[in-house]
Amino acid sequence: MTKTLTKSLGFAAAVALAGAVVVTPAISAESGGEHHIAHQQWSFAGFFGHYDKDQLQRGFRVYKDVCAACHGLSRVAFRNLVENGGPEFPEESVKALAAEWPNQITDGPDDEGKMFQRPAKLSDRILGPYKNEKEARAAQNGALPPDLSLMTRARNTHNEAAWPMHILLMARDIATGYQEGGANYVYALLTGYHEAPAGFKLADGMNYNVAFPGNQVAMPNVLDGGPVNYADGQEKYEGPKASQEQNARDVSAFLSWAADTSLNERKRIGWQVMLYLLITTILLFVAKKRLWAKFH
Amino acid sequence: MSSHESNYKPTSRFGKWLDDRLPVGRLMHGQFVDFPTPRNLNYWWTFGGILTFCLVAQLVTGIVLAMHYQPSAAEAFNSVDHIRRDVNYGWMIQAMHATGSSMFFLAAYIHLFRGLYYGSYKAPREILWILGVFIILAMMATAFMGYSLPWGQMSFWAVTVITNLFSSLDSIIPGVGTAIVQWLWGGYSVSGSTLNRFFALHYLLPFVIVGLVALHIWALHVVGQNNPAGLDIKTKSDSVPMYPYAVAKDAVGLFAFLLVFAWFVFFLPDYLGHADNFIEANPLVTPPHIVPEWYFLPYYAILRAVPSKLGGVILMFASIAILAFAPWLDTARVRSSKYRPIYKWFFWLFVFTCLALGYLGAKPAEGSYVAWARVFTAYYFLHFIVVMPILGLIETPKKLPGSITEDVLGPGAGKGATAGAAAAPETR
Ligand code: HEC
Ligand code: HEM
Repeated sequence: MTKTLTKSLGFAAAVALAGAVVVTPAISAESGGEHHIAHQQWSFAGFFGHYDKDQLQRGFRVYKDVCAACHGLSRVAFRNLVENGGPEFPEESVKALAAEWPNQITDGPDDEGKMFQRPAKLSDRILGPYKNEKEARAAQNGALPPDLSLMTRARNTHNEAAWPMHILLMARDIATGYQEGGANYVYALLTGYHEAPAGFKLADGMNYNVAFPGNQVAMPNVLDGGPVNYADGQEKYEGPKASQEQNARDVSAFLSWAADTSLNERKRIGWQVMLYLLITTILLFVAKKRLWAKFH
Repeated sequence: MSSHESNYKPTSRFGKWLDDRLPVGRLMHGQFVDFPTPRNLNYWWTFGGILTFCLVAQLVTGIVLAMHYQPSAAEAFNSVDHIRRDVNYGWMIQAMHATGSSMFFLAAYIHLFRGLYYGSYKAPREILWILGVFIILAMMATAFMGYSLPWGQMSFWAVTVITNLFSSLDSIIPGVGTAIVQWLWGGYSVSGSTLNRFFALHYLLPFVIVGLVALHIWALHVVGQNNPAGLDIKTKSDSVPMYPYAVAKDAVGLFAFLLVFAWFVFFLPDYLGHADNFIEANPLVTPPHIVPEWYFLPYYAILRAVPSKLGGVILMFASIAILAFAPWLDTARVRSSKYRPIYKWFFWLFVFTCLALGYLGAKPAEGSYVAWARVFTAYYFLHFIVVMPILGLIETPKKLPGSITEDVLGPGAGKGATAGAAAAPETR
């Protein structure tokens, strides 16, 4: 068994090497425009990963103050903001928040058969400003600000490095339990606005961004207008200083939670399961060794 | 059934009563307790049991998912999101089922390559092997239809691309391909009707697999297991009873496998899937790269390597069908590649070819990727059509051990009564 294992490992190495020789030229020819998403550290990545409640609260604030002007979060309910493993805001404040949320809920029909608008309750979803795609595009110059509820999971989880590196990074991500490519992307997008390089043809109303595929994005540099101030309205605030970079990081973390609300529970149960399986595997292996001893 | 005496003795009165009327207990005891297994099996032989586990796990998680899933174009995507967010432990069931299909294929491929390496397909195991090929086909159909159910962008476009392949039949008999495609779709495009029928079939096919697996195991228990030495069981000391020996080893293999399984379920549930499937299906927006799940990538590379659509479809199906002919294409006198000094290298070259095809299947079909896909596609078939028949005739195998017992204990062991208790496991 160990012999076959070493052999297979040696073989895998040979495969990787041979592949590197074969395919590398093809890849370097392919990568055209700038499209760089850096690997980030996140509190929720890896084996012991869990959301940082304070970061999610700051991130929600960025979402509410900036992103909500254009984007909905319609798969997340206000009540989720109270629940364990999320931002864990106090219930009273979320009730108040829901009641004041500018994008009200269409309900009805009432006794006269008419639909009506009413303030949101805890059980309602966090709606964006637009009723439908047509309205959104009309307001946004033809572009559609997508709903952000699943955004971090809907963008590539995998690294895009060229072949030999690609395999190594894949091995690193699998070994460390890292699938935070989506959060990396949102962070890179929000911090990726630059002056377009000379000769780059930017269409009307578009913005140059290094992270966005094709480098032209309809969304402006929304975090540019001075950072969302975290200390405002808080009696004492001891978190990190607000900056564009910090805003981007926090809102990326918040959106990761919005897309994957069960991560804390999943990883907690996960390591218990791994521990159980590991111990059982060892015990079974020892038992098997003893049972088979007389046959070797 | 392979000839071994049954020491089944019903212990309770009910057991005796039942044994005279419907001897299921006797059947199970004979097949899964007393059944003689070669004593030299390595851990690659634990994958059959692992696959059985995978099948049951998919059935159980799948039935629970079906209680919350809505097979309609309007609600399918929302219902899967609802399962993840709101159903109690829905995130776990959903991750187990989605990751489970990858793990099922991983185990099936290891199991299949184990068979190829040790010549398990050779006589008298041809039917057993061919049933395995049918199982792989049924698994592929099931997984393909299952992938359509979450109704994400990749679901929708994978279904569109793959069902459209049948339209290539139009180039043989005009109209037939189009008719088949519309019949599969239940309309003139991929739509909610397609989703509905795929859901019905996705629920049905696993039970067909259960039936095939039952036949597979029946066939196995008629001819007995192959083993790393590729020798038949001749004396009592060549085998050990399945319980507790093989079962204890299978349990170790299964739990080690579960460690990998759980790692993906709990720490990397999205890793094996495609991010585009978190975007709801949209017939108006085509994703830039349409790629299938990893376990279909080699076939996808073969499909796209051929310039003609019909040719690609034929080669893709042929790449699986040709496996069924392996028992007759392989002309070697010995089963196990362990004793085939030259073939062994060709075996690993074949493994490399499959991995390379998998890599190329994930890449856009352009430039040198296509050129390499053609090279590897050609070698894939050459391995079966040229290497297997010719090498078997010209290669001189290494000397085989005298028996399974000798394979474990060294030359001269297990002969006559002198071998003692250690070599005669039946004397417990
Ligand atoms: C002024 C309106 C506006 C605001 C405010 C805004 N966005 Fe956007 N956003 C857009 C538009 C329009 C698009 C579509 C871009 C396109 O398709 O070119 C978009 C797209 C996106 C995308 C998807 C990019 C992709 O890969 O398709 C993300 C992620 C995103 N926004 C995040 C945010 C976050 C986070 C905030 C808050 C910090 C925010 N947006 C604030 C208008 C806005
Ligand atoms: C649902 C999927 C499958 C299940 C549940 C399954 C189950 C099993 C079991 C329990 C065994 C005996 C234990 C072992 O040798 O590992 C076995 C043996 C075997 N299987 Fe499968 N199998 C499956 C798929 C396949 C496939 C896809 C193939 C190949 C095309 C295959 C070919 C074989 C062969 C040749 C043997 C005999 C191996 C030997 O004795 O050396 N099986 N299978």
